[in-house]
Amino acid sequence: MSETRVPGRFGQFGGRYVPEALIPALEELDEARLKAAVDEDFAAELARLHRTYTGRPSIITEVPRFAEHCGGVRVILKREDLNHTGSHKINNVLAQALLTVRMGKKRVIAETGAGQHGVATATAAALLGLDCTIYMGKVDTERQALNVARMKMLGAEVVAVEHGSATLKDAINEALRDWVTNVETTHYLIGTVTGPHPFPEMVRDFHRIIGEEAREQVEDLTGSLPDAVIACVGGGSNAMGIFHAFVPDEGVRLIGIEAGGEGIDSGRHAARFAGASPGVLHGAMSYLMQDDDGQTIESHSISAGLDYPSVGPEHSFLRDSGRAEYRYATDTDVMAAFELLCRTEGIIPALESAHALAGAIEVGREIAAEVGPEKAGEHVLLVNLSGRGDKDMHTAAAYFGLLPEEKEQALEELEEDEL
Amino acid sequence: MSDRRGGTAAVIERCLAEGRPALIAYLPVGYPTVEGSLEAMRAVVEEGADIVEVGVPYSDPVMDGPVIQAAASTALARGVRVDHIFDAVAAVRDAGATPVVMSYWNLVLRRGVDRFAADLAAAGGAGLITPDLIPEEAGDWIRASDAYGLDRIFLVAPSSTRERLVAVAAACRGFVYTASTMGVTGVRSEVGSSAADLVARLRQVTDVPACVGLGVSNGDQAAAVGATADGVIVGSALVRALTADLAEGGEQTGELRPGLETLRSVTADLADGVRRARSGAN
Ligand SMILES: Cc1ncc(COP(=O)(O)O)c(C=O)c1O
Repeated sequence: MSETRVPGRFGQFGGRYVPEALIPALEELDEARLKAAVDEDFAAELARLHRTYTGRPSIITEVPRFAEHCGGVRVILKREDLNHTGSHKINNVLAQALLTVRMGKKRVIAETGAGQHGVATATAAALLGLDCTIYMGKVDTERQALNVARMKMLGAEVVAVEHGSATLKDAINEALRDWVTNVETTHYLIGTVTGPHPFPEMVRDFHRIIGEEAREQVEDLTGSLPDAVIACVGGGSNAMGIFHAFVPDEGVRLIGIEAGGEGIDSGRHAARFAGASPGVLHGAMSYLMQDDDGQTIESHSISAGLDYPSVGPEHSFLRDSGRAEYRYATDTDVMAAFELLCRTEGIIPALESAHALAGAIEVGREIAAEVGPEKAGEHVLLVNLSGRGDKDMHTAAAYFGLLPEEKEQALEELEEDEL
Repeated sequence: MSDRRGGTAAVIERCLAEGRPALIAYLPVGYPTVEGSLEAMRAVVEEGADIVEVGVPYSDPVMDGPVIQAAASTALARGVRVDHIFDAVAAVRDAGATPVVMSYWNLVLRRGVDRFAADLAAAGGAGLITPDLIPEEAGDWIRASDAYGLDRIFLVAPSSTRERLVAVAAACRGFVYTASTMGVTGVRSEVGSSAADLVARLRQVTDVPACVGLGVSNGDQAAAVGATADGVIVGSALVRALTADLAEGGEQTGELRPGLETLRSVTADLADGVRRARSGAN
């Protein structure tokens, strides 16, 4: 069902809406990744890195104390937060970095929102000896300052992008301009399932290991497939990664959680499926937050990694075809879910992943209301815990008032000095 | 070569018959204000632009460097709308030059490809330059441009392979937008030899005119590029000149000094450059 009918198309979505100058690089990349897909050496090298460097397979953890707040259904977390560098992003990055070397390119560039993709890219560049430039919106360099320091420690150049909304979409614009200029020596290591073909399909394939592992792990633990698989959706890479293996399992609900920000009515959100319409941004046709003229509308979310006005084209296809459902969680719901997982299970999630947790609370309660409390425990939710929350402690500390005012100020100044 | 009246190819042929390439001037509608941009377009026509590329400000212009980006965001902040481009197109026609529109694809898509084409034709537009649309994705636009008799101008770049040049040129009508270098719009101190190489490679596969853009900023560069190109496209240098013509406090108000002296002199220098291009003086 996720099969593309035309190469690079998921139904009407996807495609290649880019300057002609990039076409040779996209064709070179497509060729390299298709060759790698059937190359045993490539598979062996990537598997070795995942085993000895990333820490795969990532474990699953059942979270019963958290699940009490989800109507009493069972909740199982796929622990991508335990990967090296702290999120799922490394799965795709290592694979693309190996392709970069194979294509004979010496430099990688990347966009980053939360900083997790930037950190993973800087990490792979250090590991493989590549030059690395990371583009990050100015607003995001501030709210994810710790990750900026990490990228710099790893030897990457971090460029703070100040125009537009100074968030993820503007970082992508700047990365695309760099790529058009330096495409001969440089690979643009896109961090999610967006962009021109072959990125959406390729990045999904590099993440599908998440769902392949989890499907087996959950079956081993519970004896059957989960009722639903839940993941947050920014560009949509962690969600496509965990969904993919379950797409043929018609009985398993696939549920994506978008950033509801300050609520849909406020206009300050990133819930593309709550009212947006198809359009083209950054090389792909997909659902897009846009005004009547087709100008992009700026998105908003407390979580930098979900703050993006479009979404991967395969999600648009899964949504319109009815195979997957999409909901949103507001900043308030998300912070409550974030705190709950910390307090009940001793796991601090990324704010992005906390959206999936907020979704699990809602879906679990709906299931319980439908089947009754006695039977709720027979139902299982698999939640992708895409990353850990270390990077978000600044936002969380401010939100929950954990730091005295003066101390917070001091911390901010200290960070500014350091950067 | 198409010789449809009103199309860009006819203009370029006429210029070539005069022994020179065409001068194609890019200006974004709405910068510094809608009225100011129309005034600027009339001024470049008076100073010798043969074709005016009416740019549509877009929120995410990935093919544009800092100068045009800044102009686009100013224009958007002051409320420019897609509707305004049709006023600009009509103004260029009235001033006696040939207007083409340059637009990122989502703005066309949002209006509806067919409706956009109909409005463009009705306003007197000759065609559309699409910096982020490749022929393979352009089925609807190819049909609409045929239906309304509009030029479709796709891009080629130094990275384009021979097969791409063949495919893109075959889809073009009017001229092929030939990017002089790998990169985005902007003023460059040198326009390298890659432009001439690319024009030469195009000539081997097509007789559609090749107009060169990206980086040309003065008469000498226009003369050098125009020695082989059928047209010379100038953008950032004109936007920069227009910015220099802002009145005192014009950054805030968008008010221009009467006369637009800088814009006129930069355009006149370029117009002189294209006239020297094939005189043998280079
Ligand atoms: C931990 C984590 N989860 C999710 C995301 C969102 O990206 P995607 O939707 O591609 O998984 C990010 C992005 O920065 C992230 O850091």
